Amino acid sequence: MLAGIRAGMARQADRRRGAPPPAKPIPVIPARATAPGIDVVDLFHRQVLEAKATLEVVASRSDVPAAVARYLTARNAPAQIRLAPDRRIADLPWANAPLLETATGRSHGMDATSVTPAVAAVAETGTLVLQSSAETPTTLHFLPDHHVVVIGRDQIVGTYEQALARIVRDADGGLPRTINFVTGPSRSGDIGKVLLMGAHGPKHLHVILVDEAL
Amino acid sequence: MTVLHDSNAFKANAATALHDASLQEALAIAREHSIPTRARAIERLPEFERLRNSGRDLKNHVIAHLDQYLLQFEQSVVARGGHVHWCPDAGSARARVLEICRSVDARTVTKGKSMIGEEIGINAFLEANGIEPIETDLGEYIIQLRRETPSHIIGPALHVTQAQVEETFRKSHDGLDPARNLDDPAALMAEARAHLREGFLKADVGITGANFLIADEGASVIVTNEGNGDLTQTLPRIHIVLASIEKVVPDMHDAMTLLRLLPRSGTGQELAVYVTFSAGPRRAADLDGPGEYHVILLDNGRSAYLGTEFEEMLRCIRCGACLDHCPVYHSVGGHAYGWVYSGPIGSLLNPALNGIENAKPLPHASTLCGRCESVCPMRIPIPKMLRHWREREFAGAIAPMPERRLIRLWAFFARRPWLYRLAARLAARGLHLLARGQGRLKSAPFAAGWTRHRDLPAPQGRTFQEQWRARS
Ligand code: SF4
Repeated sequence: MLAGIRAGMARQADRRRGAPPPAKPIPVIPARATAPGIDVVDLFHRQVLEAKATLEVVASRSDVPAAVARYLTARNAPAQIRLAPDRRIADLPWANAPLLETATGRSHGMDATSVTPAVAAVAETGTLVLQSSAETPTTLHFLPDHHVVVIGRDQIVGTYEQALARIVRDADGGLPRTINFVTGPSRSGDIGKVLLMGAHGPKHLHVILVDEAL
Repeated sequence: MTVLHDSNAFKANAATALHDASLQEALAIAREHSIPTRARAIERLPEFERLRNSGRDLKNHVIAHLDQYLLQFEQSVVARGGHVHWCPDAGSARARVLEICRSVDARTVTKGKSMIGEEIGINAFLEANGIEPIETDLGEYIIQLRRETPSHIIGPALHVTQAQVEETFRKSHDGLDPARNLDDPAALMAEARAHLREGFLKADVGITGANFLIADEGASVIVTNEGNGDLTQTLPRIHIVLASIEKVVPDMHDAMTLLRLLPRSGTGQELAVYVTFSAGPRRAADLDGPGEYHVILLDNGRSAYLGTEFEEMLRCIRCGACLDHCPVYHSVGGHAYGWVYSGPIGSLLNPALNGIENAKPLPHASTLCGRCESVCPMRIPIPKMLRHWREREFAGAIAPMPERRLIRLWAFFARRPWLYRLAARLAARGLHLLARGQGRLKSAPFAAGWTRHRDLPAPQGRTFQEQWRARS
């Protein structure tokens, strides 16, 4: 098979008649999130809403549990939540919201709501960047009906490229098993071209933006 | 049920399609939706045209270094603990998938949307071998139940109306209460979601496609809106990726270039809801994810077009924009093209991958209006390449016999101008005499196809060249 591909490379060289092969272009990064004076937090907020997710800003980490409880009550969702075993989530003062029943770990499909951290949030398109690890299982990003993502203000960046730089790599420098770019809740337009939320992944995506570092 | 696997029957297929009322209804809805949606998305990104150049140049670079990037990809996948299987054709790809499934005695396989899966006919093959394949993309699921092929690259069930979806679910979902109200899209989607959840949780192997492969990281990328691809590749023990060789890009930054082009061109979204990068199996401490990661690297005839006038079609990122803007596709839909790829890109790919002799009408199924090229994010000159297919068709043994003989005869005279002039003069005078001064011919040698339905205007007795010389 490789021989066939290499025969093709030889034909290409003949056709080029000694000219060099095409070079790799310099990437074009949209100015939308990089131009001077852009407020990435504001841009992220607007783009998240446009992607049909919801967002609440809270002042500090200790406000997060109550914000989660409010969110669930407003949607008539059960009070049981599955937390990512990540320190930034598991160590939040959940006792502040005594009505919530918390558990940690991966999901097996029985959880109505998950609460997870993110690697970064991209203002360009309102995209959350999530990764797999021992503390952040991927099933929490896809199986529950409600996915709540808690981010700190300093996690918001302008572009995808800036977010990629924040991914926690394996010991050998490689990527983790999974990186998810998530822009809004799951949806499909496959039935009569009517766009509907909640195809297979979460029906609701809610961002809690903490106005301090997590 | 319209399973069509005959590109040579395009004319008959198209005629049927034009009289299919529900198909025409579905096509009208799609047409009204897709063109303005894409236009709005592109208007919002001033850099879009420059991004198209960048995407084009990137793919040209990759195609010129394909062996190198594929080898690098393999090396990186292996370093992440995964496996790469080089498969020259559909048969070897199917056999590899089966082998992997058998290694864990798989009984159920979930599938994310994959055009390569359609290309190699993986579902029918698995089924024939006692393994149940479950399509999980809503559109693919609908057509799987209806036993149809996709009619659009990114909207496989585009031809199915909402009423037909309801009918299909009622027929196929055992235990579905006949009294249940399913007459709105939300109810239908909820029904599919509940039904497919069971499939996700019981599958032994998950098969996805790949929009890109990243050479230096050994990662594959899927772009979806439903999240089905992610459940497909996260829950089972094994994740198999089906990818063709031209999907490889050098690094993550290159993937970002294509990501800024693909959803805007395809669905008019700023970004698809889920873009997922997968590199190898789950790590030792991970709480979930597949234990094995396999990439099927499929050639299936593509490499034969490297270094040819068709090479540029390998830049295609399967966004579907050329279908959405094609007047021919708008009138006849996808099934008329007779295979899994349709629309302008289908008219290029089907002859390329199945042989032009099996897809003769497709290069002609175009008005060469150029809308496809004007929207293609990868700037593929589709009309030019359709003309190349037409030329090859004439050059090869494919054009109908009399036509070929005539062209050869014409070529003989054309190379001998004095003889050409003489012969043309004789022919013109001869035809003039044949018409006996009435100016019209009821029949003429070699022109029965024309004169059967209309008269041939007889020449005035002098050739164009003679008259031209007389005027100037
Ligand atoms: S040919 Fe161009 S427009 Fe058509 S599917 Fe491929 S990339 Fe999209």
